[in-house]
Amino acid sequence: MLLGRTASGLYWLFRYIERAENVARIVDTGAHVALTGDADKSDVWPSVLRSAGVDQTYAANVDDAAEADVAEYLLRDRNNPSSVLSCIENARSNGRMVRTAITREVWESLNETWMTIKDGLSKPIDLDTLIDHIDEIKRQVAQIRGTFHGTMLRDDRYSFCRLGTYSERLDNTARIMDVKYFVLLPSASWVGTSLDNHQWRSILRSVSAHRSFSFIYGTDFNSTNISEFLILNRSMPRSLIYCAERLDKTLGYLAEHYNQSQDCDETAHNLLLRLRALDMDQIFEIGLHDFLQETIQQNNALSTQIATDYNFD
Amino acid sequence: MSYFDEMGTSENLRDPYAAYSSWLQRQDNEALIRKHHDAEQVFRRTGITFAVYGQEEAEERLIPFDIVPRIISAREWRRLSQGIEQRVIAINAFLEDIYSKQEIIKAGILPESIIAGNEAFLPEMMNFRPPRGVYTHIIGTDIVRTGPDEFYVLEDNARTPSGVSYMLENRSAMLRLFPELFRKNRIRNVENYPQLLRQSLESVAPPECNGKPTVAVLTPGIFNSAYFEHAFLADSMGVDLVEGSDLQVTDGRICMRTTEGMKPIDVIYRRVDDDFLDPLTFNPDSVLGAPGIFDVYRAGRITIANAPGTGIADDKALYTYMPDIVQFYTGSKPILKNVPTWRCSEEDSLAYVLDHLDELVVKEVHGSGGYGMLVGPTATKEEREEFGKKLRKHPDNYIAQPTLSLSTCPIFTESGLAPRHVDLRPFALMGGDKVRIVPGGLTRVALKEGSLVVNSSQGGGTKDTWVLDDD
Repeated sequence: MLLGRTASGLYWLFRYIERAENVARIVDTGAHVALTGDADKSDVWPSVLRSAGVDQTYAANVDDAAEADVAEYLLRDRNNPSSVLSCIENARSNGRMVRTAITREVWESLNETWMTIKDGLSKPIDLDTLIDHIDEIKRQVAQIRGTFHGTMLRDDRYSFCRLGTYSERLDNTARIMDVKYFVLLPSASWVGTSLDNHQWRSILRSVSAHRSFSFIYGTDFNSTNISEFLILNRSMPRSLIYCAERLDKTLGYLAEHYNQSQDCDETAHNLLLRLRALDMDQIFEIGLHDFLQETIQQNNALSTQIATDYNFD
Repeated sequence: MSYFDEMGTSENLRDPYAAYSSWLQRQDNEALIRKHHDAEQVFRRTGITFAVYGQEEAEERLIPFDIVPRIISAREWRRLSQGIEQRVIAINAFLEDIYSKQEIIKAGILPESIIAGNEAFLPEMMNFRPPRGVYTHIIGTDIVRTGPDEFYVLEDNARTPSGVSYMLENRSAMLRLFPELFRKNRIRNVENYPQLLRQSLESVAPPECNGKPTVAVLTPGIFNSAYFEHAFLADSMGVDLVEGSDLQVTDGRICMRTTEGMKPIDVIYRRVDDDFLDPLTFNPDSVLGAPGIFDVYRAGRITIANAPGTGIADDKALYTYMPDIVQFYTGSKPILKNVPTWRCSEEDSLAYVLDHLDELVVKEVHGSGGYGMLVGPTATKEEREEFGKKLRKHPDNYIAQPTLSLSTCPIFTESGLAPRHVDLRPFALMGGDKVRIVPGGLTRVALKEGSLVVNSSQGGGTKDTWVLDDD
């Protein structure tokens, strides 16, 4: 048994941590693309803003965005609720609120993350050290995750944290793909050109999958393989189906723990069943963009239902 | 002016410090400086912070921690703890009396005016006896020392005393920084405080509660200056930390909204002031409390710790009567002394106080935390004159006490040990069965040379407090 507010705090704590890392990774991809490849790069930074889902809140013209502006906005701008700094601050204040529901180790690593990141991002970003900032963020988040897995009891608290992580991750992967969906569409004329090869790699990189892809598909970079990897691969920890499976399982643990099933269990199960029933041909037939949009909406509906069923507020 | 020093002088070292002092002399100064800095890191990492009201800059600050412990001998502690227990029992008996028959007023020991018109007195508590007759479940007694056997009670904090988390964290920091000291010295344990607190709270559950009582800590939320402590206590007791918005009355009980629906609470350790506890009974604008909790309380279906209305017992106007109160309810002489106090409400006293402002400490009757007070000897002439005006205007609002020569205890500085004034706040737990007191308490230290103000909001720090296991 947990306070509804505590369950909500745990859920959001882990959503924010996940988001902080995702945003950092998207900036990293942008920086990497900008430094490599030979194609026209004028759309790199606007596209980074779109992938991070902040093109609506970004005050200036998105199409004019340059590296320094984007790094500032995504890493340390407090007016951007999804900046790494905002995410870490939100994660910590949720952590403070649920201080009694997390272990001392998790709290201390979260607090240390907040101190380190706040300190590291206290001055405008020097682009030469951008990569150091990103590494620091990834390292800090990994430490929180490590203490979390190493010290938390596997009870309802743990489950709400996991729900936050996977709700956020599913949303992120779907959104990153959606921004680039046109690159992922199978098109005979594009195959094999260095341009899309490069774009595809950057999509994989932004979900930390550019190496693991090759374990499964070798060097066979093509849109179908990449989409399949990110949507339907059950061993890829950021794929849509993997996240949906975790959500479904985790809600199952909760139902077992409380000896009571909830409406959200069915919502999650339907989300999973739909993914299981589809193959890539069918997804391209539905239309990749429409499919992703629908998935994002289903995931949002699931989050809302979880909050209702477990008395988040 | 010379002060009694807890450690003594190099020629005349006091016994409790003998072992520590010889250890200290063998330490390399560089290493100590390092530990001194490490200590701050330890606290920052754990997030032990407090907020200072009215300072936007430092939304979260650390209370400075000094690495030199304050050491109390077993003999000194025996006397102190007996004195505290006596006082706590008297205060509780006084509350039970003042909210029912008021024998002490009938006996002519206390003037009726002390409760009439006193905001700390809650008429809503009249003729209601809390479960097991316990009002002050947690009391923090502020004690100062002026000589080898001269201990004075400065204040009885009977509402929601804070600081116990620092006592515990200070010990855990010392254990981490100087484990060898704890191998060599027999220092009494304080770490079981949360267990004692939980046992004590469970012992006062409402009579209708059968089975293990559900205990919760009520906090105003993460922006409260003592939030860290609220979370710390809930966490270490293993109970829920609730906010007003988590609570509602269901089937005549106070329930918390959980992932499994509404769950009733038996004992609530509230860290929310009386005023904010229940918007239906007290301050209607409060969003921090639980609407309806007072009715549930009066129906005997929840225990509130501390009981509403305990503030009357630590009111500074009442303080001057404490020796009589102890005598009246326990039938014996107070073991711990009161500081001689002038009640400015009395004409002769007011005249004396105005004439001797440069020697006295003048305090607001209802103030706390070191705000709104004048420390005569260190104040400027202008400050004294300004304060004199306030005093003449509202004499009832003030009491005055001599500037006590508070004992000093050395603190660590990079240029060596330096004496600073200290006080002591032991924590007493009053349960339905007995009084529990952990050995020691929180030692607060004025870090500024010569300063007598130890409050953390005014630049004070803290020390680990050792009670030795043998004489």
